[in-house]
Amino acid sequence: MGRLSVNLCGIEIDNPIIPASGTFGFGYEFAELYDINCLGTFSFKGTTKDARFGNPTPRIAECTAGMINAVGLQNPGVEKVISEELPKLSKCFNKKVMANISGFAVPDYAYTCELLDKQEQVGWLEVNVSCPNVHGGGMSFGTSPEAAAEVVRAVKAVTTKPVIVKLSPNVTDIVAIAKACEEAGADAISLINTMLGMRIDLKTRKPVIANKMGGFSGPAIFPVAVRMVYQVSHAVNIPVIGMGGVSCAEDVIEMMLAGATAVEVGAANLINPYACRDIIDDLPRVMAKYGIDSLSDIIGGVK
Amino acid sequence: MKQGVFKISLNEKLTDNVYKMVLVGDTSDITACGQFINIKLDGLYLRRPISVCDCDETSVTIIYKVVGIGTEQMSEMTVGDTLDVLTGLGNGYDLSLSGDKPVLLGGGVGVPPLYMLAKELKKQGKDVSVVLGFNTADEVFYEDEFKALGCKVTVTTVDGSYGVKGFVTNAYPENYTYFYTCGPEPMLKSVYKTATTSGQMSFEERMGCGFGACMGCSCKTIAGYKRICKDGPVMLKEEILWED
Repeated sequence: MGRLSVNLCGIEIDNPIIPASGTFGFGYEFAELYDINCLGTFSFKGTTKDARFGNPTPRIAECTAGMINAVGLQNPGVEKVISEELPKLSKCFNKKVMANISGFAVPDYAYTCELLDKQEQVGWLEVNVSCPNVHGGGMSFGTSPEAAAEVVRAVKAVTTKPVIVKLSPNVTDIVAIAKACEEAGADAISLINTMLGMRIDLKTRKPVIANKMGGFSGPAIFPVAVRMVYQVSHAVNIPVIGMGGVSCAEDVIEMMLAGATAVEVGAANLINPYACRDIIDDLPRVMAKYGIDSLSDIIGGVK
Repeated sequence: MKQGVFKISLNEKLTDNVYKMVLVGDTSDITACGQFINIKLDGLYLRRPISVCDCDETSVTIIYKVVGIGTEQMSEMTVGDTLDVLTGLGNGYDLSLSGDKPVLLGGGVGVPPLYMLAKELKKQGKDVSVVLGFNTADEVFYEDEFKALGCKVTVTTVDGSYGVKGFVTNAYPENYTYFYTCGPEPMLKSVYKTATTSGQMSFEERMGCGFGACMGCSCKTIAGYKRICKDGPVMLKEEILWED
């Protein structure tokens, strides 16, 4: 194993850097800029059973050290992802990719995961449970241990690849939800998804975002993410992928010390399209500075 | 798309709140009129997308209006300051459809991207008419610059304090063969309704990345969903689907 490599649910990845879903499309846009095979892997655009346009615009608002987005899971639907997006990706990425799946009903999750599980290119299934449950009064699956566990059981029943559950931070007890997912058979946990936020335009006295609220991401949420990664990784016995405001190699080390086996990078890709490549290039320098021989040695180093 | 560091060689006031900035750096990725650049500013998280007004081998000219903290910060920068800029963003205008007598209709800070377009169309020997729309006389800019290119220029002001009273749609030239436009959405809608030929329109939207990754600026068109930053900002009249 290389000094940067880590083992994520039985698959060794060259480094722990994973562009987060929704900030990296299906990879090929970024492949025009740099060789994306330098990445550990990446999590592709959140995919649902049916095609979605998403929310009305404006979908984006700036914040201090971050941004709010309310894209609303725009994607072409799982069939087109398999028939159009994955073939394009295979031309520029020769590693296993992480499939990111969303749904609005338990059977939808199972349907989408089952199809993506059969794709050779897919290494992991990252299941986003932050979406509203249309049959559960619109409450997010991820805010209830029972609802989250139900999604995990349904997905695990129809798939063979590692299932990573991506958790929402907008809950009172993240540990209870993570434990419920572990008990239901999840192979790993990733967190944190965006935090619910809102901005108001003083001139118009209206919300900046058409959908009023959206997901807050960027460096401002990093301390919250570190805290939740620390809490969850100490409570479960499955790997945790840390994300939330990671912007530099130092942030990656901090996330791993908190308990992350791998680290996703989101909003930073939108500001600096080379962010993930730059972080990977800078990791050896920062490791040397802090006396780290191998990244896998520091996972959960903070007790 | 290219990321580069650009040095400011000019940052001057054109009107009360509109500025012209010239940035020196690698412009090799700016390949079409109507593209935009995306500027990183100290202390602000998102980049600021600004349309390209003109460009040569070593410099790019932008014209921006001070509307918020980002553009205010830009207006306070001085010659020699540097900026981190993404260049070569967006599709730009398709010149091949112009016919012999194209008309260019610009409103406010929708005027700048039409300058480089007018320059290129003139190079191709086209008979270019330009209609520049503003609210009032004090806001007028670039009339002389378009005239210097050899374009037929009409200025309209809403209050009638300069040029033709009214909107750009009150000043179409006779027998134009095609239109190109950029401006606020009500103006684009009005051009869409009143223009008698086909044409192209440049759109604006709040963007996350500006290069097609985040889906922050998507819109519905007759040709399917498009990203204004990557598949646009220029759309053909025939593919536009107004939301309301």
